[in-house]
Amino acid sequence: MRPLFEALFVPLIVAVHRNIVRIVPVLFIVASLLQIQPARASQDHHDGHGETEEQFVPTEMIMHHIADAHDWHLWDWQGHPVSIPLPVIVYSNGQLDVFLSSAFHHGEHSVTIGNNEYTLNHGHIEEVSGHPVYDFSITRNVASMLVVSLLMFLIFVGSARAYQKSERRIPAGIAKFTEPLILYVKDEIAIPSIGEAKYKRFMPYLLTVFFFIWINNLLGLIPFFPGGSNVTGNIAVTMTLAAFTMILTNINGSKYYWQHTLWMPGIPVPVRPILTIIEVAGIFIKPVALMIRLFANITAGHIIILSLISLIFIFQTSTIALVSVPFAVFMNILELLVAALQAFIFTLLSALFIGIAMEDHHEEHETA
Amino acid sequence: MELVTPGIGLIFWTTIVFLVLVWLLQKFAWKPILNAVNDREESITKALDAAEEAKKELEQLQASNEELLREAREERDRMLKEAREVKDQMISEAKGKAREEADFLMKQARESIESEKSKAIMELKNQVAEMSIDIAGKILRENLTSDESQHRLAEKYVNDINLN
Repeated sequence: MRPLFEALFVPLIVAVHRNIVRIVPVLFIVASLLQIQPARASQDHHDGHGETEEQFVPTEMIMHHIADAHDWHLWDWQGHPVSIPLPVIVYSNGQLDVFLSSAFHHGEHSVTIGNNEYTLNHGHIEEVSGHPVYDFSITRNVASMLVVSLLMFLIFVGSARAYQKSERRIPAGIAKFTEPLILYVKDEIAIPSIGEAKYKRFMPYLLTVFFFIWINNLLGLIPFFPGGSNVTGNIAVTMTLAAFTMILTNINGSKYYWQHTLWMPGIPVPVRPILTIIEVAGIFIKPVALMIRLFANITAGHIIILSLISLIFIFQTSTIALVSVPFAVFMNILELLVAALQAFIFTLLSALFIGIAMEDHHEEHETA
Repeated sequence: MELVTPGIGLIFWTTIVFLVLVWLLQKFAWKPILNAVNDREESITKALDAAEEAKKELEQLQASNEELLREAREERDRMLKEAREVKDQMISEAKGKAREEADFLMKQARESIESEKSKAIMELKNQVAEMSIDIAGKILRENLTSDESQHRLAEKYVNDINLN
């Protein structure tokens, strides 16, 4: 794993290091020029409208950025948000309603369809008369996932095509880039964890989950469209992925695995129920750990970067950008590493869980 | 709290999107890519095996070449040795023959010398006998007057004999 990371990140870090002498003075000049502007503006504001200035609440901003949304926010224009409307699909009070999120006018209007009136309350769709709402909308995260899926489809089908062009199956074009990664998943993750004999069946899952997480992580680091959503930092997404690993682990569990989970052989009988409780809990704890690890790592990264940027608005001075921007750049580089690392860890642990569950200890079995 | 509450909609869509993605990629990407990589690995293994085979064959060929060369060298040495032996034998044979011949010739020569010598002695003896008879006859015929003349005469004949 190390060579891969070194190849990806060392040039970046070196480039930043080399140029830091040049970057810092430029930042300083830019900051001192900008500093004049907001200070005067806020003074005008005070004179004109008194104390009505909107208070900047970093928690709200950060939560808004890392949470899911019903539209894809692009930018603010003259105080109004500009965003791509996304389809809202809700089931409530016995009826399934589909409409575009632009109908809410960013939460300012309610939408009435048939007997239901929907309102958008801090990103949540509620039914006015209090009926429970089952929200199956194509949210920003779903749309982002679709973008990633399309991207993956293009990249990897493109890679597959590249092989067909050459008689000797030499990778060409994009396959030159993707093949080492695919071979890495195969040779360093799947084969050592699951074993030469059985790994092939799990390659589609492991490859897809690895690239799905990695590309989603990377896209999440891009602050504007089509990035900016926090897919792998959403617990519903990581829960679903971890659930796939759990299902694959347990439906492929060998006799040995189930025996050791439910009624541990070779141990005094009174102790066995205790171990059964622990082992059965383990079936769920392992994927839960996967779920939380990915969710927490990605969300934490987003929160740190957003907090650093928020500092500029909290102190209402761009001078702080001198500190927070280099830190944010540093964090972004670190997040690049984390993006690949978390994809790797999720895939490796999934492969390990599957591999452990599939093991047959023939020789131990006989003695047990 | 909202952060750690999974939304049902997102679970639903993640499941669908992910399953469809796995299926699509398996069909159109992973399978062809892994097959291509597998094919290539096999062809590389085959090529390496073939190279190994060729190397072995070459080595065998070289070994047999060397064997042939060694045999040829041995053959040459053997022939040379044989030739030398034949030569030595011939020389020694020739020497032997020559010596025999020489010995034979020497013996013959010696024998003929011996016979010539005995012939000559015989002849000498005969001549001496004849001369003695002649001398005795002459002496007797000359009526010897004095001892002195007799003596001289005798001496003269004796000198004649020596000259012969």
